Amino acid sequence: MAGNSLSYEFKKGLWQEIPPFRLILGLCPALAVTNSSLNGLSMGLAALFVLFTSNIIISFIRRTIAAQVRIPAYVVIIATLVTVADLFLAAVFPAISKSLGPYIPLIVVNCIILGRAEAFAQKNPVLPTVMDSLGIGIGFTLSLTLMGTIREVLGFGSVFGVKLLGAWFEPWIVMILPAGAFLVLGGLIAFVNWLSIRKAAKTAEAAETARA
Amino acid sequence: MAELILIFISASLVNNFVLSYFLGICPFVGVSNKTENALNMGMASTFVMTLTAAATWPIYHYVLVKFNVPFLQYVAFIIIIASLVQLVEMYIKKASPSLYRALGIFLPLITTNCAILGLALFMVLREYSYIESIIFGFATGVGFTLAIVMMSGIREELEFADVPRVFQGAPITMIVAGMMALAFMGFAGLIRG
Repeated sequence: MAGNSLSYEFKKGLWQEIPPFRLILGLCPALAVTNSSLNGLSMGLAALFVLFTSNIIISFIRRTIAAQVRIPAYVVIIATLVTVADLFLAAVFPAISKSLGPYIPLIVVNCIILGRAEAFAQKNPVLPTVMDSLGIGIGFTLSLTLMGTIREVLGFGSVFGVKLLGAWFEPWIVMILPAGAFLVLGGLIAFVNWLSIRKAAKTAEAAETARA
Repeated sequence: MAELILIFISASLVNNFVLSYFLGICPFVGVSNKTENALNMGMASTFVMTLTAAATWPIYHYVLVKFNVPFLQYVAFIIIIASLVQLVEMYIKKASPSLYRALGIFLPLITTNCAILGLALFMVLREYSYIESIIFGFATGVGFTLAIVMMSGIREELEFADVPRVFQGAPITMIVAGMMALAFMGFAGLIRG
């Protein structure tokens, strides 16, 4: 992985490996808190903070941790940072902290964070790790905000709490219920698949015409 | 007694952890392609969940609260769960090698099952007593097993279905889970809360 440029490490999280659509990880928060745009955005930012800081710390101490005990060590680092994020939200944004409830502490077991630590931070120097975790974290934030927005528009007819659709709109209550979360996520993953299949077909076609 | 039955039905059916709190989605999607595997995963998780409830409750109430450090709960819980899973793994390996082989990789994976940490957190939030917590832990496991086994049955049938290409794999699993969540909403009238 040494050959990849820093900008590649950053950009891959935004599209090529965007969680949770390409990298099917971190599904619990993606499904649970995306019933409004604001909740999706704040969950994404909290996860971004934990991912960014924990991976930098792990990258710094990657040579001093013995391989056999690395997972418990990572988990303790992540749990500590989640506690920081949780107390910060509770103190500064009590309303958000209340609506996200136990899903903030559940960032501890979010597979994206441990997954990036295992797959990237423990093998790479600090600078590429910064780019990688920023990219993945921002990608995750964007995805959650998008899911939250889709569900809020269909379920309430509003975005970030601002009413968009008029009184004629009959809200689809199911969209803000658990079932809606599964349906929206399934649809979005299928959409991303469709885009990549179409792109692959176009590239193949272009190669075909170039040869002819 | 009625209170305990209520907790059991609420945690296993009405507020099913997988279908209404989205906890334990990773194994739910990852290990639900064969009914046999799903059943093993469900049973192993139920076992660990019951033990987790039994072990975290006294530590939270008699250590963390007593020494006035409840903010350490996330770090404490995750360490308890990880060591519990390790302990269970060593015990099963010694006591029943055949069960150990059947569970295989699923045992260590349970540590990262968010339903287990979620269970410990909900237990504290809802201020359950010790007996209630153990029932809650067991019922959550039963609910998880129910959801994952049903999902695996549907997915075995899906193998023979003509799913559009873009929906194959994860998307169709999500849509099916959505349908199941809709069906489970039918239990909502059973109990309040």
